[in-house]
Amino acid sequence: MRWVNRQMRRSDRLLLGLVPILLLLLFYVVMAAQRHAANPADKILPLPSGMAEGMSALLFEADPLSGQFLFWADTLASLQRLGIGLGIATLLTLIVGLVLGTLPPVRATFGPLVTGIAVIPPIALLPILFIALGLGETAKVALIVLGIAPVMVRDIAAHVAALPREQIIKAQTLGAGSWQIMIRVALPQAMPRLFHAMRLALGPAWVFLISAEAIASDVGLGYRIFLVRRYLSMDIIIPYVAWITLLAILMDVALTFMSRRSFPWAHGESH
Amino acid sequence: MSALLSLRDIWVEYGDKIVLEKVDLDIAAGSFVSIVGPSGAGKSSLLRVILGQEAPTRGTILLDGTPLAPECGPDRGVVFQRYSVFPHLSALRNTVFGLECAQAPFSARLFGKARRAALDESAAMLAAVGLGDSLHLYPAQLSGGMQQRLAIAQALIKRPRILLLDEPFGALDPGIRSDMHALITQLWRDYSLTIIMVTHDIREAFTLGTRVLALDKRRHDPHAPHRFGATAVYDLHLKDRNDRAADEDKSITIDSIGNNEEDAA
Repeated sequence: MRWVNRQMRRSDRLLLGLVPILLLLLFYVVMAAQRHAANPADKILPLPSGMAEGMSALLFEADPLSGQFLFWADTLASLQRLGIGLGIATLLTLIVGLVLGTLPPVRATFGPLVTGIAVIPPIALLPILFIALGLGETAKVALIVLGIAPVMVRDIAAHVAALPREQIIKAQTLGAGSWQIMIRVALPQAMPRLFHAMRLALGPAWVFLISAEAIASDVGLGYRIFLVRRYLSMDIIIPYVAWITLLAILMDVALTFMSRRSFPWAHGESH
Repeated sequence: MSALLSLRDIWVEYGDKIVLEKVDLDIAAGSFVSIVGPSGAGKSSLLRVILGQEAPTRGTILLDGTPLAPECGPDRGVVFQRYSVFPHLSALRNTVFGLECAQAPFSARLFGKARRAALDESAAMLAAVGLGDSLHLYPAQLSGGMQQRLAIAQALIKRPRILLLDEPFGALDPGIRSDMHALITQLWRDYSLTIIMVTHDIREAFTLGTRVLALDKRRHDPHAPHRFGATAVYDLHLKDRNDRAADEDKSITIDSIGNNEEDAA
């Protein structure tokens, strides 16, 4: 049978998907064990036991200076920044994208501006944000918003503008005006795409979050990673990266699930 | 019969390309006009102009004696070959949309009693086009013919003065197409509709229409084929509604051996 025709059963797919991940983990453990055999004090490739030991202090013991459980404080701070940033960007995208997509005069007026903002490398704006907004939470959230919103806006505007002309005409023959077309025809059809845009924006959003935290912060997952880097604490960095990965995957799965639940018509279900 | 829709000296030009030239038409209320013609003869342009999707380069269109604005409105309903229904709404919600837009300018949604009345009216309309069992299905779950039935129900709920059909049955297979012919003929009679239909299918044009318009170029310049536009070269008046109804009555009375009993039941 040709490989292009080999369809995998669901259970097989799960097993096959696990194989490379497990092999990679095994490879790491073997390499770490080798280094520890040569030098028991090795810091570059910590063994799982070393990571557990390093993390337990952050997980279960309150920091003597701040009285906080650092791992959980970091997670909470980062998720808060990411959530607010993503939330503002999504709301902005929905409003601006919808208006740009449905109303040609608005598109002609503001389209070039949005395109211009979208091509600025957001990290280059970080100094401006820190100068203008200070080193607090606002600047970090603003970086996330500025980093992901323009791309999302362009995506949603293009999607709405690409709705079949026939639908817009039909709506008008049914008595709908611009506003009614916007909220009843364009908005519902933009929603599944918005969820998709959020999923795609999650990656860049994490990048901007970690960057902002690395440069100026006193709490946060990115801040911790860059702080312990000074002591070569791979036993902290690696679990933190794994934790960020897990959080990102969970968010992606949650967004997919919500989109499928809310907009079954867009996912070709029960067809 | 008085003219419901009048086209006076309509020209449609795109740049220096002339698509329609000097189209003069009077369309009577209650007629079923089929428009045929070769590809590129401006059938769809004519329909778009009547629909208000495009403004003619020159000329005026009168509906009941008043000039039409170059914008679509609820007085002219339309069914396109594709994309006429909203994929995110169930069949019932698709149909009720027209009522919601008229009655709720801001929210475009109805509540309570008004909503129930609108839903009942829509359900009745869907039953009339044969979708009584599919009220809560999304368009993606409907076949091509059912989607066109839905598009027709959606347009008819607004009681348009004129119903415009742009190759509505072009994408359907022959069996379904003849079902749709029967449906549109029945709706045309029951609701006293005025229909303008663009089609590629000459047979369809003659079986359905009370009047057939053939669009083509009167003149042809081989060196600049785009400089002459098309116009109605043939305008054939066939039987009108009453004649056709009489014909069918006769065929029913002749049926003395009861072949039609099944249909009647």
